[in-house]
Amino acid sequence: MKSWRRTLEAFCLPFGAILFGLILFGIFCAAVGQNPLAVYGSIWKAGFGNWRTFQNTLIRAAPLMLTSLCTALPARLGLVIIGNEGALIIGGLAAVSIGLVLAGSAPPLIVQVGMAIMGMIAGGLWIASAGALRHYRGVNETISSLLLNYIAIALLNHLVGGPMRDPNSLNKPSTYPLPEADMLSNIPGTRVHWGLLLGVIACVIAYFLIQRTTFGFAARTAGGNIRAARIAGLSVGKLTVIVCFLGGACAGLAGMVEVAAVQGAANESLNVGYGYGGILVAFAARHNPLAAIVMSLLVGGILASGGVLQRSFGLPDATVLVFEGLIFLVVLYSDSLYGKFPFFKEKPVMSPPPPAPSAPTPTATT
Amino acid sequence: MAAEATQAIGWWGVLLAIAAGTMRGGTPFLFVSLGECLTEKSGKINLGLEGTLLTGAMTAYGVSYLTGSPWLGVIAAGIAGALLGVIHGWLSQQPRVNDVAVGIAMIIFGSGIAFFFGKPFIQPKAPQLPTIDLGNWSDIPALQAALQITPLFLLGLAIAPVMNWFFRSTRWGLFVRAVGDSPEAARAMGVSIFKVRMLSIIAGSFLAGIGGASLSLYYPGLWTERISSGQGLMAVALVIFARWNPIQCLWASLLFGGAQALGPALQSVGIKEGYYLFNAAPYILTLFIMIFTCSSKKMISGAPGALGTSS
Repeated sequence: MKSWRRTLEAFCLPFGAILFGLILFGIFCAAVGQNPLAVYGSIWKAGFGNWRTFQNTLIRAAPLMLTSLCTALPARLGLVIIGNEGALIIGGLAAVSIGLVLAGSAPPLIVQVGMAIMGMIAGGLWIASAGALRHYRGVNETISSLLLNYIAIALLNHLVGGPMRDPNSLNKPSTYPLPEADMLSNIPGTRVHWGLLLGVIACVIAYFLIQRTTFGFAARTAGGNIRAARIAGLSVGKLTVIVCFLGGACAGLAGMVEVAAVQGAANESLNVGYGYGGILVAFAARHNPLAAIVMSLLVGGILASGGVLQRSFGLPDATVLVFEGLIFLVVLYSDSLYGKFPFFKEKPVMSPPPPAPSAPTPTATT
Repeated sequence: MAAEATQAIGWWGVLLAIAAGTMRGGTPFLFVSLGECLTEKSGKINLGLEGTLLTGAMTAYGVSYLTGSPWLGVIAAGIAGALLGVIHGWLSQQPRVNDVAVGIAMIIFGSGIAFFFGKPFIQPKAPQLPTIDLGNWSDIPALQAALQITPLFLLGLAIAPVMNWFFRSTRWGLFVRAVGDSPEAARAMGVSIFKVRMLSIIAGSFLAGIGGASLSLYYPGLWTERISSGQGLMAVALVIFARWNPIQCLWASLLFGGAQALGPALQSVGIKEGYYLFNAAPYILTLFIMIFTCSSKKMISGAPGALGTSS
């Protein structure tokens, strides 16, 4: 019996943190002269209120699930990779390139599979290079992966503005569009594309890979104690590169999904913050791929509500960034609270449980 | 013949623009890298300086526009940066909280704050910082423009040696180095690790905020959401390259400023091909510098001992 209290703690603290983040965001809204309750109401309605709007959330959650794995998988090795945005862009570019080459000469399914594979390989190699630099040259992986983001954005702008540009795209430079027939279709009866299913499958596979396989065990060992892993004969370098490749491949797949299901071409809309949202999802899910599914829905809902906040309250679109930032900060703070609430301790204490973790105060300890 | 002559000036123009860029573009790098240097000397990393830079740029521009005084803007930018530093300093020192992760969150939060409150300031024109014109003897406009130096650059030029002296020769500098190199020894000396790190992070963020002010009040001298393109993050790499030495931060900042000026300089003489790729020069430069200066075998000399550990 692995204490249910610990499990409860692992559930309550992140959700409590998000609740507390919501309260802080409400204070922020009140400070800029908006009614926090009305803002909450709109976010709820725009993100989760009914099936019609919930589909918007699902559409945004799909790439978030995939990009979150780009941070969550390497995190098991103790690496902080934040190149999600870059891997997504490179994956999207690679996918659209192969898609345009194959279009017309191959059946749609082959085109789509080709796009997915190319996107994954490109995104995977992109992040694997950060992992390799880390292992073989000692280059800080956080900074190198971030620099790779900027390089990817420059590459996107260069290709979309020049060599790959469709002359018909005037206001917003884009590549030539993919034929309608080769696009990813929607799940029947919904407006949600199949990318959502890919996201869920990727998260489930990642979970089993990390938690239930020898490979995952090796990765977690190396993440826990690199010296012990070496003594046990694990090839840490290979492990690092492979795990980074897998993470990057997921983000690359997200780029393929965005290109093949939403945009229809590669353009600057690839760079709208799914990468950074994915980092938030990964940390809020404590790098657990299954929890990332749930967190993606939450963050997807927040993203989906951005437009409504702008239209009904006149709040700038950056409101979503403030909201994400606040939640991220509070979630990180909640990490320091593990083991501090007597209620979640192994041995139940006689005193009544402390206040809900939604209002974590340092004074609530001991 | 005439065309040939303009062509010749044109190519000189590229060199001139890059030389000017070393100072113009180098100024924000200088402030952010000095701020990051101070922060890292105390043993914590602040990746969030990117957000601090943006918030500083927005605050400086907004305050300058509203009060008409750019210098008030500079001070306000520093204070805004310091406030973000308080959050980072406190949060990154909680148990089990990773300073790199807090930095990422602060990038999102800081840029959110900057874009949120900066929305009304995108259109209006705010008063700019005065410049010291050293090029008035020449009648070539490009040269005159290149020799317009901002007082902020001179300020940064002065801070670098002062910070070096601070680390080497003052009691407080010793505290910072002790906390960063060996927290145990610092604790034995009776120094409060929390306070020293808090103050170092706040002071570092103050400097980064001023770096933001130089973006919006000097060069490029406007406020847009794309005004900072990763300078705050490159500064982290720059500090590694500079071996945590404030004087070398100065040289590295000039180098990065020059690299950043490459794209616009080539564009000014009509080379539009690969504009975006040339704009990526600073990132590629940073990456290559890190590849060549880092090593998997040993810690880089000069690195604060406690950097990247959880102590």
